[in-house]
Amino acid sequence: MLDDLVRNLRVAYARLWVRVKGGNREPEWLIFDMFLPIFTLSAYVYLYKMLGVGTEFAGFVVIGGTMLAFWTNVLWNMSAQFYWEKETGTLEAYLVAPISRMAILLGMALGGFVNTTLRAVAILTVGLLIFQVPLALNEPFTALLIFFLTIAALYSLGMLFASLFLLYGREAWHTASLLQEPVQFISGSFYPVRYLPTMLQLLASLVPLTFGLDGIRKTAISGEGIAQVWPHVIALSVFTLVLLPLAKLALNFMENLGKKEGRLTLRWQ
Amino acid sequence: MSDYVETINLCRTFGKKKDLVKALDGVSISIKEGEIFGLLGPNGAGKTTLIKILTTLLLPTRGEAYVGGFNVVKEADKVRKIINLVSGGETPGYGILSVKENLWFFSQLYGLNSSVAKERSKRLMADLDFEQYANTRMSKLSTGYKQRMSLARGLLSDPKILFLDEPTLGLDVLTAKKLRNYVIDWAKQERKGTVLLTTHYMIEADEMCDRVAIISNGRILACDSPQVLKEDLRKTPIAKIEVSSVQTDFSFIEKVKGIIGYSETRNIQTGVTHLRVMVNDRKVFAEIESKLNEAELKVLAVNETEPTLEDVYIRLVGKGFEEAEEKAHA
Repeated sequence: MLDDLVRNLRVAYARLWVRVKGGNREPEWLIFDMFLPIFTLSAYVYLYKMLGVGTEFAGFVVIGGTMLAFWTNVLWNMSAQFYWEKETGTLEAYLVAPISRMAILLGMALGGFVNTTLRAVAILTVGLLIFQVPLALNEPFTALLIFFLTIAALYSLGMLFASLFLLYGREAWHTASLLQEPVQFISGSFYPVRYLPTMLQLLASLVPLTFGLDGIRKTAISGEGIAQVWPHVIALSVFTLVLLPLAKLALNFMENLGKKEGRLTLRWQ
Repeated sequence: MSDYVETINLCRTFGKKKDLVKALDGVSISIKEGEIFGLLGPNGAGKTTLIKILTTLLLPTRGEAYVGGFNVVKEADKVRKIINLVSGGETPGYGILSVKENLWFFSQLYGLNSSVAKERSKRLMADLDFEQYANTRMSKLSTGYKQRMSLARGLLSDPKILFLDEPTLGLDVLTAKKLRNYVIDWAKQERKGTVLLTTHYMIEADEMCDRVAIISNGRILACDSPQVLKEDLRKTPIAKIEVSSVQTDFSFIEKVKGIIGYSETRNIQTGVTHLRVMVNDRKVFAEIESKLNEAELKVLAVNETEPTLEDVYIRLVGKGFEEAEEKAHA
């Protein structure tokens, strides 16, 4: 029992290490990831400046751009990861090893989080410096709590997608693409969700990023505290508590289905 | 020696009713501890399917399989603790990481302490002659060195049973020989490692295996030591016939009375086809030669030869590996 736990912790750490080492080995990747999102961000900020809607919106955009880095990471480096592992042949090594597949997913999530945090901090810093966004952090711990809960919920969702995509072929790529822009749109990455039609707001409430963005903006820009964002804390906790076990169930189910149908390590589908 | 790997009437099908393919059809084998056991057969014979079931990557449709005494379906976790798998022609890790980093990573899948993992990696890299590439990115290695790394990866966890799926696929003769010798030494060490090897290279099965099972269309046709399998053919005349043509369809020789089977290897560069013909009487060779002459083909040489494992296959199936693969693809 203890042996299994130690082995799975080693695996999670090793997978984290691979992701961090691999993700930062090519300096140009780092530069592209850190600085290219600034252009999209700037476009929105200048648009709001042109419309004269005030600096509050610039803050929305900077926070939105920062958190979008995590969503992009969840989609491309978590969800579709098992698909890539299958194509390159490393999935077979995982499946033959005496480890929990959740340990691999945990390592991928933590590694992705570390890598993206480096990029997100760069986006946030440059965004704040260039656009002089005024922060009103009255309860920094509440802001941090919301941030970490958002990360936990997002990466739990990523784990669920990774499990569901285990048997996917090339369509994994398209599915990830399909989720990129729509989620960016309904979660209110660059504007408050309250301006969306009610139906879309309801739909947005199914996405953890919506609650995360709103909660972080409230605590970091509007100066609100736990008294105002406790519903966000609950919603994000529920997301994590539901998505994480669901990911494990989905992973077991898909692995068994793959073994039954012979599609687990079948490539180039 | 006890049975270390055992399959009982193992069946595996793919597809549904109309397109049902029987990949394994009642396979029963038993492998002893410390044995190097080979599965020899053409592509599509069911070798990889069997390995996938034994390594817990695939469920059988029917039958049972045990590895180290554990049921591969019900006790998959226990099976995984004592096995490792090396697949030929696969990428052995992450291209962006160095060889050393990759080996460390894969050692962690088996819970190895980092210092033990580094020590073992170093020894394996030295033994397999690629320590000079320890800090080279895996993506920059040649096929031969990738395959050495693959084998090192498989041995890092010091498995009790090593599954080798076409481990020398696409390798040059020297590298293949080196890997084969290393596996033989590993299996014959004091602790005894058990190896299940799939291959379609006769020489590999002949050189490495204590016993060989010949598999075709998901069925085991014969199973014994290479010597015994070949010994059975000692009294059967076999000849190598060299014909100066690579474009001819040689299937007409099947009609010659007394022919048991044949295989052909076409060498495009030299323009020569090597026919390997098995007959029930030496006189039949002259008849085959005359048939070839009638077809206006130049016979360069007819030489009687010693039986190989391919001849065992030819006798059982009536054709060689290449012909069996062509038929399967048709």
